[in-house]
Amino acid sequence: MKDISEDIAWAKINKDVLASLENPRKMFWAIVLVAFAMLTVGIGCEAYQYITGMGVANMDNPHVWGLYIASFIFWIGMSHSGTLLSAILHLMHADWRKPIYRFAEAMTTFSLMTAGLFVFVHLGRAWQVYYAIPYPNERGIWPNFQSPLLWDAMAIFTYLSSSILFLYVGMIPDLAICRDNMHPGWRKKLYTALSLGWEGTDRQWRNFRVTYLTIACFLIPLAVSVHSIVASDFALSQQPGWHITSFPPYFVAGALYSGCAAIITLFIILRYVFKFEEYMTMPILKKIVRLTFAIAMVWTYLNMIEMAAVWYGHDPVAKDTLLERMFGPYAPFWWSMIFCGSILPFIMAFKRFQTNIPVMFVVSLLLNLGMWLERWMIVSPTFAHGYYPWTFDHDQWPSFVQWGMVFGSFGWFTLLFMGFCKIFPSVSMYEVKEMVYHRSLATKAAAGKLATAGKGAH
Amino acid sequence: MSVTTLLDGWSEWRHEHPINDQQHNPYKWAMSIDLDACTGCNACSVACYAENNLPVVGKEKFSHGQVMHWMRVERYWDEDGREYPDQGASFLPMMCQQCEAAPCETVCPVGATNHTPDGLNSQIYNRCIGSRYCSANCPFKVRYFNWYNYPITDNVWPAEMNQQLNPDVTVRGKGVMEKCTFCVQRLREAESNAKSQNRLVRDGEVQTACQQACLAGAITFGNLVDPESVVHKKWKAQQVELAKDAQTKDKEEGGSNLRGYRILEELRPYPSVMYMERVRESSI
Repeated sequence: MKDISEDIAWAKINKDVLASLENPRKMFWAIVLVAFAMLTVGIGCEAYQYITGMGVANMDNPHVWGLYIASFIFWIGMSHSGTLLSAILHLMHADWRKPIYRFAEAMTTFSLMTAGLFVFVHLGRAWQVYYAIPYPNERGIWPNFQSPLLWDAMAIFTYLSSSILFLYVGMIPDLAICRDNMHPGWRKKLYTALSLGWEGTDRQWRNFRVTYLTIACFLIPLAVSVHSIVASDFALSQQPGWHITSFPPYFVAGALYSGCAAIITLFIILRYVFKFEEYMTMPILKKIVRLTFAIAMVWTYLNMIEMAAVWYGHDPVAKDTLLERMFGPYAPFWWSMIFCGSILPFIMAFKRFQTNIPVMFVVSLLLNLGMWLERWMIVSPTFAHGYYPWTFDHDQWPSFVQWGMVFGSFGWFTLLFMGFCKIFPSVSMYEVKEMVYHRSLATKAAAGKLATAGKGAH
Repeated sequence: MSVTTLLDGWSEWRHEHPINDQQHNPYKWAMSIDLDACTGCNACSVACYAENNLPVVGKEKFSHGQVMHWMRVERYWDEDGREYPDQGASFLPMMCQQCEAAPCETVCPVGATNHTPDGLNSQIYNRCIGSRYCSANCPFKVRYFNWYNYPITDNVWPAEMNQQLNPDVTVRGKGVMEKCTFCVQRLREAESNAKSQNRLVRDGEVQTACQQACLAGAITFGNLVDPESVVHKKWKAQQVELAKDAQTKDKEEGGSNLRGYRILEELRPYPSVMYMERVRESSI
């Protein structure tokens, strides 16, 4: 089965994708309302915590980090697969990514924005966050360049700005299509400004290709480094359960894993809502599911490596921490993580489930639940059972304030994403055209009729 | 203000842990705690509350682990089958160990916790943004975070009690980390008095609040660099050295007559507090 039909007219592609920008249905506003309500819960919790103090999150000594850091890692991780699809697969000429990379890239940007919020929420004095930025000041005080947390701040800021740039640059030809097809209004003005006078001349296309490729190459090392640095927050500390050499690759694998699972979820939603069946086809779903399965196995492997390293490392404290994760108060969550992260993905190995939409929808959500639990299981059990026995029995359960903000972050992400889908084309029109054209060339070549030269691809 | 300032100032600002390190001159503040003398009476903890303006958080927050005792006396019950009124326990006074290679110092994103030339692990409240990374990386869990705005919203000191606050010590607001300072306000006063008289601080001239309050005299405090100081003599008698990660006591086969050790020193934070282990089997 072909991943995209080769005889879709280009006008039809424009029409179908632009249809997604038309006035939303009632259901859209209903979901926006729900998402906004979720966000309000989060904002309310933050306001309460900001005014009263971090204590209301029920953190204590030694449980000084909690769901904020766990969710921060989760959202950073989510951002990775957008780059995987749009940059890495772009360089590898895997063109099945073309109909689905745009929303994945948007997901990257928005999940980074969500992750950034958790940094503020976590800080005891969020209003002084600029102390962590190396800005010139008359006192000659710099931040501490030894701290992984500082590297974090820099890496995330770089990654976020580059992702926004990448998303925007890749959208320019499509914005021009929107500009040419939209009726007058604020959005037409917006597209006119954003499309930078795109006319589709050869020179513009050449510059565009070079720019896009350059940013793609720039983004790949950033994507790897940003999550390695998040891993360094833990690996460079001295705590049992954190001080593990394999953490950076483990984090990157986990990041790609949760990101790919999120892509499957959004793929299914967008395909249904915008009736993108012709573009987001079953063979593409199959490919992304297989990719997710492969990454799931890499993640499982690295997880086992971590346990083996701790076990054979013969550090009694690290061993205790590991056992405490498995059989202590966090056991239900730890085993759920193992189930959702390592056992459940085997469903994806079966062909008949790879294209079964309801099954894949549920599985992809559960995979992400597993990955969220994984982050929590990295952060919290170390505090509950670290080096110092005096702190073992301290209260460790996060309060409603922490849960409320985690809950609110999903509302915030949904709002951003839904807004994006209604303002910007969530499928790349020009790249789908490219893909259709290449497929038709391949068919003609296979039929013995060489494609006629001179017919422009765009 | 330039990158040059940064590059030049960097190595001075962060000095290394004390192997072949001559920077502890003329002072290196250190402590020695005799666990055999400790009765677990908590007087040291109370003295610390009074000296350092520690907020009294109340029963509920205490049970949540949000208590702010810089000096805590840990109680470990004996497990010899006896029930509560007869059950023995051992006590361990625990405060910031003022590590020479402190795990908290390297991880602070803003450099709010630093090492001073006289061997203290300092905390700059104004600079702290409350990321709590230092506490996460502290092996002893002796850093305390201001979870609430204790002086104002929690009213830990009713108005008339503001008069009993120590004017030499800052009252901390919400969102900053704090910990034992070895009563740095007393140290600074003694150091500057001595300097104005063109001499060094004499042994016993400065005491920490916990030391002053300890009825059993379990706590000794002083300048480790000064060969005449009591703390130096005690460290020497126990053959405990600052720059080692395992002490002689642990190396002698079949037990040792030496009692000195430092907690978790195998992690190499090089703590400045020496404990002398108990000779009695139980405190009670």
